[in-house]
Amino acid sequence: MGKTPAAVIGVGQTHHRAKREDVSMAGLCREAMDRALEDAGLTLDEIDAIVVGKAPDLFEGVMMPELYLAEALGAAGKPLLRVHTAGSVGGSTAIVAASLVQSGVHKKVLTVAFEKQSESNAMWALSVPVPFVMPVHAGAGGYFAPHVRSYIRRSGAPTHIGAIVAAKDRTNALKNPYAHLREEKTVDMVLASQMLWDPIRYEETCPSSDGACALVIADEDVAKSSPNPAWIHGTVMRSEPTTAAERDQVNPQAGRDAAAALWKQAGITSPIDEIDAAEIYVPFSWFEPMWLENLGFAAEGDGWKLTEAGETAMGGRIPVNCSGGVLSSNPIGASGMLRFGEAALQVRGAAGEHQVDGARKALGHAYGGGSQFFAMWVVGADKPTN
Amino acid sequence: MRDVAVVGFAQRQLQDYDGSPQCAELLVPLFAECYEQTGWTKKDIGFWCSGSSDYLAGRSFSFVSAIDAIGVLPPVNESHVEMDAAWALYEAWLKIQTGEVDTALVFGFGKASAGVLRRTLALQLDPYTLTPLWPDTVSIAALQARLGIDAGLWDETAMAEVVNRSLSDAEKNEYAVRAGGSSVADLLARPMFADPLRKHDAAPVTDGAAAIVLAAGDKAREVRERPAWITGLSHFTDGLQLGTRELTRSESASRAAAAVGGLDGVEIAEVHAPFSHQELILRRDLGLADDVRINPSGGPLAGNPMFTGGAIRIGEAARRIWDGTADKVLGHATSGPALQQNLVCVMEGTN
Amino acid sequence: MSRTLSAPVTVSFDYTRSVGPVIGRFLTGLRDGRFVGARLSDGRVVVPPPEFDPVTHEATADFVDLPETGTVTSWTWVSEPVAGQPFDRPFAFALVTLDGADAPFLHAVDVASPDEISTGLKVRARWAAERTGAMTDLVFEPAPVEPVETPTEPVSTSSTNETPAEPVTGIVTPVSLDYTYAASPEESAFFRGLSEGRIVGQRCPKCEKVYVPPRPACPTDGVPTVEEIELSDTGTVTTFCIVNVPFLGQKIAPPYVSAYILLDGADIALQHLILDIPVDEIRMGLRVKAVWKPRDEWGTTIENISHFAPADEPDADFDTYKHHL
Repeated sequence: MGKTPAAVIGVGQTHHRAKREDVSMAGLCREAMDRALEDAGLTLDEIDAIVVGKAPDLFEGVMMPELYLAEALGAAGKPLLRVHTAGSVGGSTAIVAASLVQSGVHKKVLTVAFEKQSESNAMWALSVPVPFVMPVHAGAGGYFAPHVRSYIRRSGAPTHIGAIVAAKDRTNALKNPYAHLREEKTVDMVLASQMLWDPIRYEETCPSSDGACALVIADEDVAKSSPNPAWIHGTVMRSEPTTAAERDQVNPQAGRDAAAALWKQAGITSPIDEIDAAEIYVPFSWFEPMWLENLGFAAEGDGWKLTEAGETAMGGRIPVNCSGGVLSSNPIGASGMLRFGEAALQVRGAAGEHQVDGARKALGHAYGGGSQFFAMWVVGADKPTN
Repeated sequence: MRDVAVVGFAQRQLQDYDGSPQCAELLVPLFAECYEQTGWTKKDIGFWCSGSSDYLAGRSFSFVSAIDAIGVLPPVNESHVEMDAAWALYEAWLKIQTGEVDTALVFGFGKASAGVLRRTLALQLDPYTLTPLWPDTVSIAALQARLGIDAGLWDETAMAEVVNRSLSDAEKNEYAVRAGGSSVADLLARPMFADPLRKHDAAPVTDGAAAIVLAAGDKAREVRERPAWITGLSHFTDGLQLGTRELTRSESASRAAAAVGGLDGVEIAEVHAPFSHQELILRRDLGLADDVRINPSGGPLAGNPMFTGGAIRIGEAARRIWDGTADKVLGHATSGPALQQNLVCVMEGTN
Repeated sequence: MSRTLSAPVTVSFDYTRSVGPVIGRFLTGLRDGRFVGARLSDGRVVVPPPEFDPVTHEATADFVDLPETGTVTSWTWVSEPVAGQPFDRPFAFALVTLDGADAPFLHAVDVASPDEISTGLKVRARWAAERTGAMTDLVFEPAPVEPVETPTEPVSTSSTNETPAEPVTGIVTPVSLDYTYAASPEESAFFRGLSEGRIVGQRCPKCEKVYVPPRPACPTDGVPTVEEIELSDTGTVTTFCIVNVPFLGQKIAPPYVSAYILLDGADIALQHLILDIPVDEIRMGLRVKAVWKPRDEWGTTIENISHFAPADEPDADFDTYKHHL
């Protein structure tokens, strides 16, 4: 039994900033939602159901904020779901919203993901001490740095690869009017920046942003009236434990399994040849080569070679994060949905200055927790045939 | 729509669970019970989905280590909602409806006793104009209860009758954390806690976990002679706003009931009303007939583990189909302050 | 002895909330000692003003000033207040409908006993002497009985009233929650072992991997680890991070090295500190040994081990720990 075809017909996002002091949480969400609705040519009243995603509630200090937000988001009188799957949540939320259409339950679903990180401090929220346990935790950077070190050791990658990624993504962000960090960066500038969580440098680190992203996902009937729907060709979620004996933390099996299932669903046999643009969740620069391998764009140990050869830049074989990616804007709960939404913009030919010419199929990718929760989709300009 | 049924259910309810807030050790035996009921192993589960809350546990990503209880290498197809597990069941049902999987195991967990529950829940309110006053969840329910009393919609006697029936029925429920009926007169003689609510009008603070197994078509028929076929599943929300919401009604419950074509013919209803007067609101607005048997398990007033209480209602109702007690049942779940969000799950012995 | 170890944890942060234009207008009013409500598209006057109209979904734009008097439309008696509430002695929460408004809002009423409050009671705001623009700038109190006045008509302020010089744009909301944290029974066995100077691991009955700390559920098999294995306090650094960044709530002054240490006999690495070696000499494969604090400082915590220090052994071969990365 096949899924009902579904397409993204509206994408909206906020101008992401370190502190959006001009808006409340509702205002932030509505800024993204209203843009998505305008893009889709729909009003809030025409929406059947709303799906909200965001990362830990401790970030904003509101327990299940979708409850108090329901009225402002136009969800009162509609079904409302709230997804939370750690950093992958923006992607998972889009997938849950898609399943509302793919199951045949609804025709027009709006999904919004947000984070207003300036309400608190992510390092604090992620490092609340646990009794009896050594307080060596140091936020997400402290968590991922040892695994980056392992990658460098295992792959033999030159130590400047991370800087190449950071310089590329930050430079790409200059073409994205919504990006938080919009400053030209060179590899040398990145290498000269402070080592925060050795081997991760300051300029190789994502910012902490306020922002939101919203998508309108519709069934075939509704999508017919859209000039440029982004058809959903495949969606996958996979999870594995944070820590387990001999778990591969550099190239996690959940990511490999998810990618394999995704390519199969989307009828893709050679991802690097068939995917025209990839929006991959890269919060620390080194995760670009790591995920290129995990996703099957390169053989294990070879991901950095694509990066070094410039193949992940716009115009390369597999342009990665033309929007500037998580390294340029990171409203955590929304970051995954931004990847999914940017992928949709690419195949809709609506990515503006950071458009990859003629993109027909694109990947949206998100991960979370200790590299253990994966959410991905492939969207295409053409309706899937399978 | 595919035919999907509830075919497995396991639960724990505890007054004061002494284990970790992530509850992995509480979930392990529940999954084992589900495997025993179905004859399956974890490889037979196509999708996993859980419901829990970081603020209940007091830390970010509290659900992350809960999945260890599954044994997640090789990796699994899995998701999580920051809601009662009844909504995790909804997400799992959707996943089955897409055709991607045929089976799902849904679970919820929460250790409400780790903090001061009625205070923690003040964080669910408007963070600008309400939470700064820390209105506790019992006070908010009490404001709702008085509105109905003042309007003549119910009285303290009707509330006490709900409590007395619940606690009497709870005597037969091994998982109940509060049980023992007395009399309406005795209940009314007890002191006020949050006038017009007495302590027994509010669900007890309960720790716990639950797991529910869903299966489509023949998969369900393989497990049970009488699977609890889900013939209606719907949920809606109202706005939170206490001032502009009609607090003596539950519009979202009415919408959900209407969306499944009404609840005519339901014989047994497990209603997720954490406060006695809320059962009275729900009976009316769900449109339950007078002869519907309500909460034979004792219901939430006998035990209401946060983020699991709604799913337990669905599981308890499904059991009545399995054992042939009823042909059509309702499992209802609520979430948010003063019945803001409501879900109905109608199950029948034949599909 | 209880089955598990537990300890108090306080999760506390002062959240800085930007409030946006609509709530900002309301809070600015509170700071100035007045109530600002909104007229909704359906004609109702509501306070606090919703940020977006519930019917049209447009941003609220039609503001009205409301008087400081109103009527109790519902109430309850808070017999056991919790921290942060407007009073630390029993008091009333009420839904109060301001004169001229069509919907109530929740606030506290200062009365000494539940006998002094009832539905229909007339109340008025009692403003704090120093106000910041927050709901805590006021409480309600019973209004003196006066001759009945004609109902006050809401005054539209959207065009007539100029915006105050410094509107309230943000508030600080302290959120401090006390929890009791419990370790799982398996972890509790580990922490108790540490209080005796032992490092206790447990083997999973299915995959036979040795976990340290032991686990309530083996993450591969979903069953508790059982068989106790006493582990060496010597091990190998598999990988590590040098933390140079200070952050709120940090317990150890940077720079410090947070390392994964694979204890001899264990199948999973443990996170701890490495000291007694220059930071730039720490490397993957380094053999290290636990440095225990003086015995009289021991408790049921991994902090009984002050840190790990070089064990004065040759580095471990990459192949011996590469499958632990």
